[in-house]
Amino acid sequence: MVTLLYFASLRERLGCSREEIALPAGSPTVATLLERLRDRDPRWSDAFAPGQRWRVAVNREMADLATPVKPGDEIAFFPPVTGG
Amino acid sequence: MPILRVQEADIDVGRELEALTRGRADAGALASFVGLVRDTNEGHAIGGMTLEHYPGMTEKALSDICAEAQARWDIIDTLVIHRVGRLVPGDRIVLVGVTSAHRGEAFAACEFIMDYLKTRAPFWKKEATPQGERWVESRESDDAAARRWKG
Repeated sequence: MVTLLYFASLRERLGCSREEIALPAGSPTVATLLERLRDRDPRWSDAFAPGQRWRVAVNREMADLATPVKPGDEIAFFPPVTGG
Repeated sequence: MPILRVQEADIDVGRELEALTRGRADAGALASFVGLVRDTNEGHAIGGMTLEHYPGMTEKALSDICAEAQARWDIIDTLVIHRVGRLVPGDRIVLVGVTSAHRGEAFAACEFIMDYLKTRAPFWKKEATPQGERWVESRESDDAAARRWKG
């Protein structure tokens, strides 16, 4: 299992701030995880459709589609940051 | 060690900068930046905003940014205090402070920290406008400012 977190506009759009899901088999990455989420629910396929701007962090480090994920990881999806 | 804090309370700029320099007679320069809430953005009147962050990652991102500043410039210490929660125009959002022996390093490191914070620290602003609330979109000009420090 991994923990998924969603922040800001992405959280509101998906109606979800946190969930636990099982990892895909094999050598899962952010990309394969996202594939599963898109297949699961049209809200996810819309929010992560090509052209949508979003960022991902794995265990609180900025990551990308190719980043490997393993059981116990904390994977956060959010829009580009706007602090300061 | 950098002083890093995320808080809802207002920032007492004088007291924080005093704490940064206390007991550091080797510091000949203190550069600081204070970010404030504006009352307009992209032509819209702003009544206030709510700042959200990613607890746990925010502190790590700020720590990494300050460590990178320490590696790039000959500076003594750094401070970043960022507010979250509900803010109104005129409120302080962020304070950055950098001490060094001479001013050039402190000025440069302070600007670097702000540019990286704007593009790497997980904070998000939601503005209240007369037309309702809206999430602030990230700006290409902020990405461009951060890119200046590459290489």
